[in-house]
Amino acid sequence: MYREDSSRYKKFSRRAMILGGGQVALFGILAGRMYQLQVIESSRYKMLADENRISMRLLPPLRGRILDRFGVPLATNKENYRVLLIAERTRDVKQTLDALGRLISIPDHEHRRILREIRKRRDFVPVTIQENLDWKKVSRIEVNASDLPGVVIDVGQIRQYPLGSESAHLLGYVASVSEKDKKGDRSGEPLLQLPGFRIGKSGIEKQQDLRLRGKAGNSQLEVNALGRVIRELSRQEGQPGDDVMLTVDLGIQNVAIEKLRDKKSAAAVVMDVNTGGIIALASVPGYDPNAFNTGLTRKQWRDITRDPLAPLTNKAVSGLYAPGSTFKMVVAMAALEHGVIKPEQKVFCRGHVELGNERFHCWKRHGHGWLDLNGALQQSCDPYFYEISKRVGIDKIAEMGRRFGLGRVTGIDLPNERGGLMPTPAWKKKRFGVAWQKGETLIAGIGQGFVLTTPLQLAVMTSRLASGKAVEPHLIQGVVSGGGMRPLEVPSVPDIKISAEVRLLIMNGMNAVSNTQRGTAYPARIKEPGFELAGKSGTSQVKRISKHERETRVLKNRERPWKNRDHALFVAFAPVEKPRYAIAVVVEHGGGGSTVAAPIARDIMHETLKRDPSGYRGRDGVADEKGKGHKA
Amino acid sequence: MRVGSADREPMTIGQKLWQVNWFLVFFIIILTAIGCAMLYSAGEGSWNPWATRHIIRFLIGLFLMIMVAMTDIRIWMRHAYTLYFLVLGLLIAVEVMGVIGMGAQRWIDLGVIQLQPSEIMKITLVLALARYFHGASLEEIGRSTSLIIPSLLVAAPIVLVIRQPDLGTAIMLMMTAGVIFFLAGVRTWKFGLVIGAILAAMPLVWTMLHGYQKNRILTFLNPESDPLGAGYHIMQSKIALGSGGVFGKGYLSGTQSHLNFLPEKQTDFIFTMLAEEFGMVGGLLLLGIYAIVLIYSFAIALRVHNQFGRLITLGIAGTFFFYVFINIAMVMGLVPIVGVPLPLVSYGGTAMLSLMIGFGFILCAYVHRDVRVGRHVSGGED
Repeated sequence: MYREDSSRYKKFSRRAMILGGGQVALFGILAGRMYQLQVIESSRYKMLADENRISMRLLPPLRGRILDRFGVPLATNKENYRVLLIAERTRDVKQTLDALGRLISIPDHEHRRILREIRKRRDFVPVTIQENLDWKKVSRIEVNASDLPGVVIDVGQIRQYPLGSESAHLLGYVASVSEKDKKGDRSGEPLLQLPGFRIGKSGIEKQQDLRLRGKAGNSQLEVNALGRVIRELSRQEGQPGDDVMLTVDLGIQNVAIEKLRDKKSAAAVVMDVNTGGIIALASVPGYDPNAFNTGLTRKQWRDITRDPLAPLTNKAVSGLYAPGSTFKMVVAMAALEHGVIKPEQKVFCRGHVELGNERFHCWKRHGHGWLDLNGALQQSCDPYFYEISKRVGIDKIAEMGRRFGLGRVTGIDLPNERGGLMPTPAWKKKRFGVAWQKGETLIAGIGQGFVLTTPLQLAVMTSRLASGKAVEPHLIQGVVSGGGMRPLEVPSVPDIKISAEVRLLIMNGMNAVSNTQRGTAYPARIKEPGFELAGKSGTSQVKRISKHERETRVLKNRERPWKNRDHALFVAFAPVEKPRYAIAVVVEHGGGGSTVAAPIARDIMHETLKRDPSGYRGRDGVADEKGKGHKA
Repeated sequence: MRVGSADREPMTIGQKLWQVNWFLVFFIIILTAIGCAMLYSAGEGSWNPWATRHIIRFLIGLFLMIMVAMTDIRIWMRHAYTLYFLVLGLLIAVEVMGVIGMGAQRWIDLGVIQLQPSEIMKITLVLALARYFHGASLEEIGRSTSLIIPSLLVAAPIVLVIRQPDLGTAIMLMMTAGVIFFLAGVRTWKFGLVIGAILAAMPLVWTMLHGYQKNRILTFLNPESDPLGAGYHIMQSKIALGSGGVFGKGYLSGTQSHLNFLPEKQTDFIFTMLAEEFGMVGGLLLLGIYAIVLIYSFAIALRVHNQFGRLITLGIAGTFFFYVFINIAMVMGLVPIVGVPLPLVSYGGTAMLSLMIGFGFILCAYVHRDVRVGRHVSGGED
């Protein structure tokens, strides 16, 4: 037994040593693993730990404002009071919501959305109950705060457009970032990923978006495993967006809107003839830019996109219209420059001309008789222009048109601009594969047929005519950042290639249109001395007048369905001597240019001259742009 | 072999208390103190809810440990089987209650304490096996037939524990039994045979595993594959450890632990928190203290003059070792997560009590190291 036990003990001791050795080895593995994790790979795990606990949150910058030329805000930011509910801070979510519902009405579907969001999110995440609260509601909630545990009021910023819907095209609107925007963005801005961030979607808001947007700030937050914020580690404020100052004058813009408002569909552009700065640009119908910001319902979106009047289209830059008689200046200049007619040379109008077996009519059925250039412009005689366009040829006309800014985009700082069309035989051959007809030259000679222009182009054309400079239209006057206005560099405007003599002849013709008794726009002249404008009306046919109609009776515009009525156009510059401003007005299916468009243009132009910042006081109190002395 | 005077004359209580290995007790207290400090940190710098209760349990455990150590080792040997079958009965009871209660059940609720029989089984199995091998000569152990009874003693609780299902405890029981078989002198080739058989049975076991157990093993093999799902715990634990570096982030400043990225930081992942806050230095220090406790146990085992005492000492030391190793290896991503606490440091009542009772047996063996224990209970000595 003793021996036996001793041998058992020996075996036990030996095996205990082996066991102990094994345990030492295994502890060695643990120590080695500790070394591996805590020394060799430590830096990697430190990074991962920081990634765990530090959450970067972007702080959206304040969007820059859009200002008019005098610094009056056209688009600005308003404080947006939101009421939020933090579920964990209230004992009974339903009860709190009901109590809140008695103070501010919460519609049923909103009620359901709120409960759904509360269920979906963690308890400490605030859920938005309502946005854009007015002061009354805010104070009502604040007064009852003790009965509303977990309800907090939060102030954000929301874009606001003080101007009406008619300026929406000019300024555009902001809205949430779409997937498409994210893909198309090359700025690499993380801001776009920020929920609730708004970017410019049209107009100046879109064109100047990067300037207005600013730079995002960020805040480093320590969060726990559930995402609850424990504390803020550091904060870097963003840089607010720059204010963009436009060339637009709010006062004139308002008048333009006022004058267009009762028209179904119309556009007006006022431009500085010397610089190309746009003073006013309006298009009706418009849309409410604030509605896009808060989000449209499906029905609202359908209504707005299916509206035949296309409220989303900025007709001033995207609307294409046959210029009608407003194109006659271009035709006349082409003819004069190429010497196919002399200004004093007369052409006989007997109400129509014949070419081949086609008959081209004058708007005046029985004709104007003998007319020289001045008379032809004054009375807008069609056969005179049939004749000279036939003589000069379509290519020369198109070339002159392009010289005056027609037939291609002007490059204004607005999206979706269209270029219009200056037709040529080459274009027609390419486009339709058909040869140009001589008659088409005649039609183009009175600004009809293939010729298409935008209201903006007509304003550019008139500006170039009035100033003799190849001005380009633009909307941005400068950028305001850090307190100072930094004017945008305006390249010096070269002179347009046309002799001053020709230009003066045409301007005189336009003066005759407005300021002589036989002029088509004489009733729509500015009577105040020194403020006179010189214009040209245009009435472009939408529907060809049939032979039958001509033989019986041409229907008056108001007797025709709206869609078939003529477009009314008017272009003008003022003052007659030393022109400063040009205007183009198009009233879609408005009827006669001289009766419908001219009075609108007159009223806007009159206001423009009165508001001239250089202090223009008319002929009797001249303070011209150089600020020279006043006459007594 | 020295035949002590205590051999015949029973020692007085005072003599026995003097004989207790107080160095071992000292290190047990140190480990518990470390546990308290970590639980204080886990409670975000508060004694509640864990640290205070940890101390109370320890004090109860300390009392039980001394009681066990004071009791004559022969009494323990005489009742080894009784205790074993008692606890086995409890395991069956838990199983039956689980069936009735329609779900996994590990606890017996005694009102004051929730008793976890599988934890107690870790001790009583050691007692039963030690008693069996104490009574068997090397020649007998050499015969395969004599291994049938101890194998059954091991298999019965393992089957019950697996059914609970508690894979971690089952593995612990198996390995503890393995240690005793090994120390008792079972031929080494037989271990090879068993390991081979287990490997062969793996595919079968795999099909019997619960979904979450399979997941744990799969995510252990590749934790990055599912960082937000089942692999989350392993990943976060490794991040916490790794980011602790050599010197740690400082007491109460572990970001992973205090921002709740670390799961179960008061129980299974308490080592992670320690290593995050005190770095590798802290981790190695704790490992060193565990090693000291183990070394003492080995020293005790070699000084005990009866096979029963030797086997329970190293059997329980083996259990203790597996607790430490599996827990630390698990939080460092070396073995799958099986839910084994870190002895004396993790918060948990039954584990604390069964460990303290276990140390009671080691101390008991030391106190009675010179007592001659007969081969058979009835026989005294021969």
